Amino acid sequence: MAIFKLKINRKDYQVDVDPSTPMLWVLRDHLNLVGTKFGCGIAQCGACTIHVDGEAVRSCITFISEVGNKEITTIEGLSENGDHPLQQAWIEHDVPQCGYCQSGQIMTAAALLKKNPHPTDQEIEEAMNGNLCRCGTYIRIKKAIKTATHSV
Amino acid sequence: MTTAKIKFGRRSFIKSSVLAGGGLMLSFNWFSSFNAQGSEVADLPKEWFKINGYLKIGENGEVTIMSPNPEIGQNVKTSMPMIVAEELDVDWKHVLVEQAPLDTAIFNRQLAGGSDSIKQSWPGLRMAGASARKMLMEAAAKKWNVPVKEITTELGILYHKKSGKKAGYGEVASAAAQIPVPKEVELKELKDFKIIGTSRKNVDGYKIVTGQPLFGLDYKKDGMLIAMIVHPPAFGMKLKSFDATEAKVKPGIKDIFRIKTFNDDYKPQWCDTTSFTELVAIVGNSTWEVMSAREYIKVEWEPFADYKIAMAGWGGDQLVSVPAGQESTTDHHAKMVAAAAKPGKIERRDGNPEEAFKNAAKIIERTYTAPFLAHTPMEPMNFFADVTEDNAVLVGPVQSPEFMEKTLSARLGLPLEKIDIQMTRMGGGFGRRLYGHFMVEAALISKKVKAPVKLIYFREDEITFGIYRPAYHALYRAALDANNNLIGFHVKMGGIPENALHANRFPAGAFDNYLAESWSVESNISVGAMRAPASNFNAVAEQSFLDEVAEAIGKDPIQFRLDLLKRAKENPVGEKNDYDASRYAGVLELVREKSGWDKNSTGKNRGVAAYFCHSSYVANVVDITVDNGTPVIQKVYAAVDCGIVVNPDAAINMTEGGIVDGIGQAMYGQLTFRNGKPNQDNFDSYRLIRHAEAPKEIEVHFVKNEINPTGLGEPPYPPVMGALANALFKATGTRYRHQPFIKNSFD
Repeated sequence: MAIFKLKINRKDYQVDVDPSTPMLWVLRDHLNLVGTKFGCGIAQCGACTIHVDGEAVRSCITFISEVGNKEITTIEGLSENGDHPLQQAWIEHDVPQCGYCQSGQIMTAAALLKKNPHPTDQEIEEAMNGNLCRCGTYIRIKKAIKTATHSV
Repeated sequence: MTTAKIKFGRRSFIKSSVLAGGGLMLSFNWFSSFNAQGSEVADLPKEWFKINGYLKIGENGEVTIMSPNPEIGQNVKTSMPMIVAEELDVDWKHVLVEQAPLDTAIFNRQLAGGSDSIKQSWPGLRMAGASARKMLMEAAAKKWNVPVKEITTELGILYHKKSGKKAGYGEVASAAAQIPVPKEVELKELKDFKIIGTSRKNVDGYKIVTGQPLFGLDYKKDGMLIAMIVHPPAFGMKLKSFDATEAKVKPGIKDIFRIKTFNDDYKPQWCDTTSFTELVAIVGNSTWEVMSAREYIKVEWEPFADYKIAMAGWGGDQLVSVPAGQESTTDHHAKMVAAAAKPGKIERRDGNPEEAFKNAAKIIERTYTAPFLAHTPMEPMNFFADVTEDNAVLVGPVQSPEFMEKTLSARLGLPLEKIDIQMTRMGGGFGRRLYGHFMVEAALISKKVKAPVKLIYFREDEITFGIYRPAYHALYRAALDANNNLIGFHVKMGGIPENALHANRFPAGAFDNYLAESWSVESNISVGAMRAPASNFNAVAEQSFLDEVAEAIGKDPIQFRLDLLKRAKENPVGEKNDYDASRYAGVLELVREKSGWDKNSTGKNRGVAAYFCHSSYVANVVDITVDNGTPVIQKVYAAVDCGIVVNPDAAINMTEGGIVDGIGQAMYGQLTFRNGKPNQDNFDSYRLIRHAEAPKEIEVHFVKNEINPTGLGEPPYPPVMGALANALFKATGTRYRHQPFIKNSFD
């Protein structure tokens, strides 16, 4: 166990956990930030996606000891009022079915649009391919991303 | 308006007195409800007046509607309240929705399964809304001292047109709560619907996209501990012993012990299917500590002997045989081939099929197979339990809470009234969460450690736990005379440990000489219902075979099916034909029109299929191209007949989802075994369809009719697999008869 200071969603946090604890479980179990989801634990499903200094990473394999004082953003901090263009587009296209994968989908998409504000269909597919949706909302996700590109 | 007597006169419609503050009690406040639109906080009333078990109205006119059924992604949490709101006659923008807990006194059939929520609840939901509306009208009539037949409503406002008086529902809600439940209500005509038939956004949409707690895995309570289980690594094995010495002293660990899911004298219900009933449980403070320590538990397993178990099944008691052994997929193949070569059990025989095949000028014979599949909903199995000597509170994702409550009552020795089950939103289910063994396990663990506990299955725990979709085999034969007329049809379906035969489905009824047989091979690999059980193979095999027959006789595949359906409609063979040939033909005609089948197929690799299951009819045309040897699904057309469509855009979403799932499973899904051990245990080895592999475009059309609504959870899933197989043939010249169509290198 060790004390770690973290910067998450522009706030400061402090936790006392084993250094090998993945950020996914630090967020969910110790900081009550449960928007970041557990799906596989081996970075194959993308449900755990967060931003570390703006880059999309899979928090299930990112140990707390690696993060240091980098800026972490989770789905809860993507916007103040749920009004990120992607969140708005997700609602406009009524994307979710069960909804469980959607935090991860949105976080991956947000990192994509930050780097590439007007991706082609193929670029969207490549960037999003690591995020599984068991309910099959892929087509809606793509439409929502394209809608969001008009406001990003 | 149609007048209807209230048939569901139980406590559903009992009024109760004024409730201040929280209204219908949900004993946890981790999930608080607020405005579906999100960014503006709801104009919450000071007081709620409970009109009946389904709805309460605030003094300001806001309405909370309870959604009775478990929400699994089929969006009944939006569509069921829409139906109540319609007959209540309120503006949807003033509706808040809450998930109802399990309450068998108030609600009927709180189950997510069979695509039946809307179909079964359609009358009850309408009556709930209509009876509340009538009580409001009577309250207004009393208040204004006028006859109730002079009162009208529109979108949450009561009018007495004669005098010009009007009042919002909120103003009379308190008085309405005192009115006796009416014996008769008036239901709207379809043409007067303002909400049903219009697209409404998912009531949890805002919460989902902002990452608010919604799912079982998100649920928390002070003092809650985390638990995990260890189960045998292979089927055919059971727990022998374990040594927790090293694991128990790891940081954060509270206890490690054996649990036994059922008592020896318990007769399991259908929902009690489980693979492993003796497990090692580990309990600690946090997920990662428990996960890490679990690896240090030394467990010994041993093979078990053959046994039989009496289960209370859907159709009465069954004796299930569980053989000993550590099975491999190679053994399964050999057993299926051997079984398929023997005569099966005759399930249906029309005319003289043996004679027809004996006299045939030509026989077309084909074999189709599909592997075991795992459900893999995105949210792994989990459940919260807080069990004491006197009561049990359980919170989490389950499709069958009413049935599991009985199991828990038996196992815990508590009466039903002392068991409280709250349903969280489910991160998918596909049938897996019908089998709530994890609820019993969580309850037993909580009881043992005398603390609230959240049981979590990691992905590997779940994929290797069983309760799979069975492995299937189908032999189809068609007998043709010298003029290429079909004179006989034979289907023989088998599986491990169950087969997929629906003997009375199409094309039964269209052939004078028809034979349907079945067989099965015993296995200790457990199986359960997966989305459109049996249909999820039946459709592919049958629709692929019909295509092959059409090709052999030189007929257009759609016209070929329509001709058979015409025969089944005008001059059906036999009486037990489990489909409506007109509606079946209807979706084929619609998909033919919308896909431009007759005019626009040149240069396209197209396949067609249609199937009826769970009360709805779906036809698909799939267009594919091949890029560098890889099939690319360009477009899928769907024609759907599910009766009245309650929430059109959500219905399209469900259809799209079924299509993507069907394509994914047919192309990639596969579980194989070596010496009882599954070869796949996570998404690096168990392949699911991804973004880049989904169809580029899906176009959905609904047949317009006034038939009462039927479901869409399952019907759009089976037929697309047949259409895909048929399109692959057009694109590659090869018939794809054995799933997965894309072979993985993994054995």
